[in-house]
Amino acid sequence: MLYREAGDFKTTYVADNQTFPLKLDRIGFWITMAVAWLVIPFVINDYWASSLLVPFLIYAIAAIGLNILTGYCGQVSLGTGGFMAVGAYACYKLMTSFPDVNIMIHIVLAGGITAVVGAAFGLPSLRIKGFYLAVATLAAQFFLVWLFNKVSWFYNYSASGQISAPERLVAGVAVTGPSTPAWAQYLICLFFVTLCAVIARNLTRGTIGRSWMAIRDMDIAAEIIGVNPLKAKLTAFAVSSFFVGIAGALFFAVYLGAVEVGEAFGIQKSFLVLFMIIIGGLGSIFGSFAGAAFLVLLPVALKWIGVDVMGWPTDLVAHFQLVIVGALIMFFLIKEPHGLAQLWRLAKEKLRLWPFPY
Amino acid sequence: MKMKKLAAMALAGTLAAAPAMAELVIPDLSYRTGPYAAGGTPFSDGYQDYFNLLNARDGGIGGEAIRIVECETGYNTEKGVECYESTKGEGALIYQPLSTGITYQIIPKATVDEIPIHTMGYGRTSAANGEVFNWVFNYPANYWDAASVMVNYLLEENGGDLSGKSIALIYHNSAYGKEPIRTLEELSAMHGFELSQLAVDHPGQEQKSQWLQIRRERPDYVLMWGWGVMNQVAVQEASNIGFPMENFIGNWWAGAEHDVTPAGAGADGYKSLNMNRIDADLPVFGEIRTLVHEAGNAAGDGSNVGSVLYTRGMYAAMLAAEAIANAQEIHGVTDVTAAMVRDGMASLEITEARMAELGMSQIGPEFSVSCENHGGSGLGIVQQWSAADSQWVALTDYIAPDDSVIDPLIAADSAAFAAENNIEPGCL
Repeated sequence: MLYREAGDFKTTYVADNQTFPLKLDRIGFWITMAVAWLVIPFVINDYWASSLLVPFLIYAIAAIGLNILTGYCGQVSLGTGGFMAVGAYACYKLMTSFPDVNIMIHIVLAGGITAVVGAAFGLPSLRIKGFYLAVATLAAQFFLVWLFNKVSWFYNYSASGQISAPERLVAGVAVTGPSTPAWAQYLICLFFVTLCAVIARNLTRGTIGRSWMAIRDMDIAAEIIGVNPLKAKLTAFAVSSFFVGIAGALFFAVYLGAVEVGEAFGIQKSFLVLFMIIIGGLGSIFGSFAGAAFLVLLPVALKWIGVDVMGWPTDLVAHFQLVIVGALIMFFLIKEPHGLAQLWRLAKEKLRLWPFPY
Repeated sequence: MKMKKLAAMALAGTLAAAPAMAELVIPDLSYRTGPYAAGGTPFSDGYQDYFNLLNARDGGIGGEAIRIVECETGYNTEKGVECYESTKGEGALIYQPLSTGITYQIIPKATVDEIPIHTMGYGRTSAANGEVFNWVFNYPANYWDAASVMVNYLLEENGGDLSGKSIALIYHNSAYGKEPIRTLEELSAMHGFELSQLAVDHPGQEQKSQWLQIRRERPDYVLMWGWGVMNQVAVQEASNIGFPMENFIGNWWAGAEHDVTPAGAGADGYKSLNMNRIDADLPVFGEIRTLVHEAGNAAGDGSNVGSVLYTRGMYAAMLAAEAIANAQEIHGVTDVTAAMVRDGMASLEITEARMAELGMSQIGPEFSVSCENHGGSGLGIVQQWSAADSQWVALTDYIAPDDSVIDPLIAADSAAFAAENNIEPGCL
């Protein structure tokens, strides 16, 4: 009753093809955008920015990137952490080599460099599939982390091997470095998230997205109907790595400010992003956001409940956190293997029929 | 019983939430979980127990009660940042994260927020230059001191000549482990020993290939920059390949009881540095047992009292408490702010008389801090593990580092940091 398509008539093809065909969806989308762009920047503080919203937005970009590769094109990748590292180190080298160029350009260029690296590591996907490909991308993960640790040119020969982001301004406001205001940190991430989500959504609705999905569903059949697997797989790797690279650049420059490759971009990061898209829903942009929110916000919420509300010892809460997050992952995988996105779809289906289900 | 405890906790929670009460807020960015918990737990126990002792015995510092806010970082920088952001709003006076990675992370943030950081024997070494790092302190000693103290000890063992000797450095492949490399390279050029470097990746359980290389190359000495589970594995591996343990020297984060006990008798003779003395009979431990543990306020299970890292955590808390007391004296108020605590730290002076008065005679060297020098004296002792007695035995008195090597390095590194971040060096 409340959520319905009845009466929502389309009279043009353009109207029929829009991103959100249902009026209610459109309203919901614009309200979300309005809150994100016009309300949150005015109420945000340091804690909300650096503990919750900024990591959530950055992981959402990474999850969208991996979802394109794994969810839409069916190529399992365990190299996300390594590709994020490429984005971070590319951004660092660009920032320090060309300090006068705007950081926004550096972040996009870092994405571009990661796309090239990602496509190179995607080459084996033409010959190997499934678990074997996962192992090949795992090699990328370890190789890239080793490379950034070993070759000191990447970290400008600093004694500690850490890279730290110098202060850079956008329109006169610092967006990297310690004196960044919380709202600026948030807005630059929100800008890139919005951009990436719109690009991803439209790519997946177009020719290229359809060719990815054809490859995912059955690569031999796709080849027979004229989809070029070389092009489809490599573009998936490139586009996916582009997003992951942007996420890595933001993660380093805007969120943490200083990173150590082994710790920040280790194999756990690859798994974390993979869990995000599995829990959120493979092949869904909304799922990328839902998964990122679930895995970023839940530990903080559990910590808040355990330590601040209940007053339990911190180590007990940290252990419980692992147990609860693990149990919830299993619960979701058993009860809803298609992730949070599918739950959302079902909820919408129920709402359509409510109050007269059949 | 349980209900009672919960009710007491709830009551304590409401009391703590009452805003009117003036108090000194000390965040404890601890880690009691993960691969580094073995080191993080005793340190945090000692840190909290000492502040609880001050609350129980003296009613806090200068009459102001201390409130500890513990936050679990798991030695992870992302969680460390979250902890920093969530605790700084409560009026945090001083941060001691016990992690070089987290220290690098919060140095710029704390400088902007004007909260002092004390990284005792870890963190960024060049923070010893107080004119560039106004808000960061690393007294009484830092990593480059440690490297130099080790080499000075070896010089002494070899009659002042290390030329032609080979020394291997096995290090945690992170900012922490990489810190001493620059100094050791400098010292190797100066004294003519050959330095080889072996990196061990986080968390440090995989060291087979590194020790195979040591077995093949047979260096005269192995120095270690390890932490957490890496130490235990390294000591075990060294004993497995039959490396002479007396030629294996860890830094002060690789020399606690739990690092050597798993290897049993094989660890006998392993040496490490220490920046504080260990003496389980210090009067302060008795006070902690009676006033804190018996009152049911122990930070952990109370089993760590007197161990190496517990002692060091307590020592860290003592230095923080003395700095706060110093700040109260300088500014003439008891309810000090973070900026005042920084002033207290910048003019801190620790004397033997004061340490004895606090019931921890000789726990550390005497030193004084100035606006220019945040690094303290840099002294370290060499201790050796005796497996039969299950205890560390101090082999030497405090050994001084070679400041003529370290000071130019600190000046160069801090100048680079200042240039990168547009800092005009100077005193606050």
